[in-house]
Amino acid sequence: MTAIPAIDSCNDFVIKFANVNGSGSASANELFARAIMRMGVPAAPRNIFPSNIQGLPTWYEVRVSEQGWSGCRGGCDMMVAMNPQTWDRDVAGIDPGGYLFYDSTKSLPRTKFRDDITVLGVPLTAMCNLEYPDARQRQLFKNVMYVGALVALLDIDCEVVKKLVADRYRGKDQLIEANVNALCLGYQYARDHLPCPIGLRVRRSDRVGDRIFIDGNSASALGAVYGGATVAAWYPITPSTSVVEAFSSYCRKYRTDPDNGRARYAIVQAEDELASIGMVIGAAWNGARAFTATSGPGISLMQEFFGLAYFAEIPAVIFDVQRGSPSTGMPSRTQQSDLLACAYASHGDTRHVLLLPEDPYECFSFGALAFDLADRLQTPVFVLSDLDIGMNERLCAPFDWDDERRYDRGKLMSFEELEAGKNFGRYLDVDGDGIPYRTTPGTHPTKGAYFTRGTTRNAYAKYSETGADYVYNMERLRRKFDTAKTLLPEPVAQPAAQPTRIGAIYYGSTAAAMAEANALLAAGGVHVDLLRVRAFPFCDQVIRFIEAHDAVFVVEQNESGQLRSLLIGEGEIDPKRLLRVLHYDGSPITARFIAGKICEAVTDCKLSPIAEVAS
Amino acid sequence: MTYLAKPRLLTAKAPKNALGYTRRDYEGAVSTLCAGCGHDSISAAVVQACFDLDIEPHRVAKLSGIGCSSKTTDYFLGNSHGFNSVHGRMPSVLTGAALANRDLIYLGVSGDGDSASIGIGQFAHAMRRGVNMTYIVENNGVYGLTKGQFSATADKGTKSKRGVVNSDSPIDLVALALQLGASYVARSFSGDKEQLVPLIKGALRHKGPALIDVLSPCVTFNNHAGSTKSYDYVREHNEAVNRVEVILPRDRIEASYPPGSLRRVVQHDGSILHLRKLAEDYDPADRIGAINYLQERQALGEIVTGLLYVDSSGQELHGHLNTVEKPLNQLRDAYLCPGSGALEAINASLR
Repeated sequence: MTAIPAIDSCNDFVIKFANVNGSGSASANELFARAIMRMGVPAAPRNIFPSNIQGLPTWYEVRVSEQGWSGCRGGCDMMVAMNPQTWDRDVAGIDPGGYLFYDSTKSLPRTKFRDDITVLGVPLTAMCNLEYPDARQRQLFKNVMYVGALVALLDIDCEVVKKLVADRYRGKDQLIEANVNALCLGYQYARDHLPCPIGLRVRRSDRVGDRIFIDGNSASALGAVYGGATVAAWYPITPSTSVVEAFSSYCRKYRTDPDNGRARYAIVQAEDELASIGMVIGAAWNGARAFTATSGPGISLMQEFFGLAYFAEIPAVIFDVQRGSPSTGMPSRTQQSDLLACAYASHGDTRHVLLLPEDPYECFSFGALAFDLADRLQTPVFVLSDLDIGMNERLCAPFDWDDERRYDRGKLMSFEELEAGKNFGRYLDVDGDGIPYRTTPGTHPTKGAYFTRGTTRNAYAKYSETGADYVYNMERLRRKFDTAKTLLPEPVAQPAAQPTRIGAIYYGSTAAAMAEANALLAAGGVHVDLLRVRAFPFCDQVIRFIEAHDAVFVVEQNESGQLRSLLIGEGEIDPKRLLRVLHYDGSPITARFIAGKICEAVTDCKLSPIAEVAS
Repeated sequence: MTYLAKPRLLTAKAPKNALGYTRRDYEGAVSTLCAGCGHDSISAAVVQACFDLDIEPHRVAKLSGIGCSSKTTDYFLGNSHGFNSVHGRMPSVLTGAALANRDLIYLGVSGDGDSASIGIGQFAHAMRRGVNMTYIVENNGVYGLTKGQFSATADKGTKSKRGVVNSDSPIDLVALALQLGASYVARSFSGDKEQLVPLIKGALRHKGPALIDVLSPCVTFNNHAGSTKSYDYVREHNEAVNRVEVILPRDRIEASYPPGSLRRVVQHDGSILHLRKLAEDYDPADRIGAINYLQERQALGEIVTGLLYVDSSGQELHGHLNTVEKPLNQLRDAYLCPGSGALEAINASLR
């Protein structure tokens, strides 16, 4: 008997699976999450995996939320503890009143458990040894078996799970049968020996709607396909590798010439990141839409080429799936710490266009948009996601595409225009937006050729060392950057239910937890106007938002407050108006953390109802 | 004096090629290199080769890295787009450009500093990847533009102008290219136009990675006694294994030679290479033999020149990638975008 009541919650809980990686658990855990979604209840699963191939701990955390909160909440209501190596910390991490599910084949001392949790044991190993002859089968089906037990415990609809199995192994009847058998064995044991259902339950709902379930990297890759990319040059690095793998897969399906089976694309795995970005720039210089995908360490390697593309004004699209940094950092943990490295990449006075998607839907739409922007602005465009978005499948709005939409290839002077004698200066501003015309090699026999270099030059691309030519160029680049502001995705504002002088700015994967935190705060009487930044350079709306509040929390997942620094510098904001809310231990930021920090600050600074903020 | 603009005078009798162009149409800006620089001879050879082959100048893309040799792309083919990229990284930029448009001719010009030190990695991978390109290394054993430091091709034991002795072993880009799978490998000398022009012609017509290592003395920093890349030294130690002539499909007459002295190689595009043998035991179709021959002769202090290896099967990167005939940069939206119907199907599969 526990003094603390068992957690009682329908369609709203956090369940965490602790496994050994490489044991086949991912597939079974995903089956569990998908079943819940198929019942119309939104779920947000997240993989926490080690930087290793096999044998180290891995966790799979599923946030079940009828309301649709897709960020991490913080805390854990049920732990499926399948890894002896991490048992102690896994058990310690369960919220009081929570549930522990484990393999009870081997008996464990009482000290390994807690009095304030409900313990649910199923002798999985013993059952598998009885049922299956070989080691691999025993391992794989043990996972499916525990899913079966959970189905019984949480009152999940078994038919939904069976249908999922049938869908996954379509055409392979033996596999379907074997998996369903394992499921049923686990299910039956739980029904016969454990109190089903427990306090945590799933009940059919209709809150998933027409949303799709996909990871950010696949979405980015699809965005590249739809955005017209024909060249990809890349180097493998966690967590961006799957972007190009997905691109390759989509291209095989959608970019193979039906007449002759040949490829309407080229993907080259380069020898390193420098060669990758070099190829991208060469391809784009020659008129093909090109991209690479990398993470922090790759961004560092590519810095010189970023400066070349910036100064010589060549399009490029770079997907940076951010991870724990600096240096090799935490290769399989999430973070948002490449913002400054990308915004001001390379030596000298540079600035770069950044797109900041929050979820796979925006990875797709920003991914496609990036190519139009790169061609129009003749500059590198960075799409900054992170490991949390990139490597976890997430429910998001279905992708959409307007068939009337045409690629914006920007100011490319054609053969006809050159032939007609149109004045061409490669670095000449003709209409005040700072963007000159360019030509691609091979366009015209006697007109339009020029030299591309990283050195300074006059408006007609002739080498120059005069100060006036250099200053003209730099001022034109500044105008170009101002033009960029008008083309980028606008920030998304979510005003509070009541007037308030407190605001919060955030971006990317922070959005999911921020939304839930906002609801928690509002319920507690703290009202915050929200503004989600979606691109850099910042448009005026962002600066005006800050000016309209006494204090603005900048919520981000890095140690130094990089977005905050960018806002202060670019917006000439008094640092005291911007308060840091920073989470950077490699796990995704949680709603409880954000709400806690803001509440604490509001209380400490007596920011509510209204107070003077020292300026 | 390079501040004088190049005169635009043309004699009525200036010979024209099949396109109606004169040599002048293949030239570029006036060189700003030192008087007597070997690189200027190479530029002239490029001009001659392109003229002879009736190449449309604007169909050549010239790429280079950083250094004196990399500057030379400005001094020829003024109507071609040029890209002076960053130090040691020309191969990747060229590879990207080549991916975007398989129909142009890609000429990469680099130096021994650009290609054998900072650029050694990209050089190696361009060779092994099979990029269809002509890669000219203008090799003088020093970093000219930064005033005379040894490069990685400088021979061990050679002396700099100030008397410093090089104690590092040299990199032989030709040997590397052979080992890494380049399909046209040659070495020449800027002072031997008769040898160099046909080698460039053959390379421009070759399908696959074509490397020409051209010894090109630096008159300012490495032309003294104690250098193995000076005019004197190269002339004295030059051992050509063959002489090359390029016969285009339109040339109907092939000169005849005594039997056994000529090797005839039909390139993938139909052009024919006549390799007139000078060294008895040299076989330009034997990659491993070539590597051995080079090593042996190198040990004797010889500089082996000529067309050292050629594989005319025509394998190159676009072939490996099986890309469509039409250049990727010319594919319009309809060929690239799967459309809303396909997207709906994708959405359905993700529910």
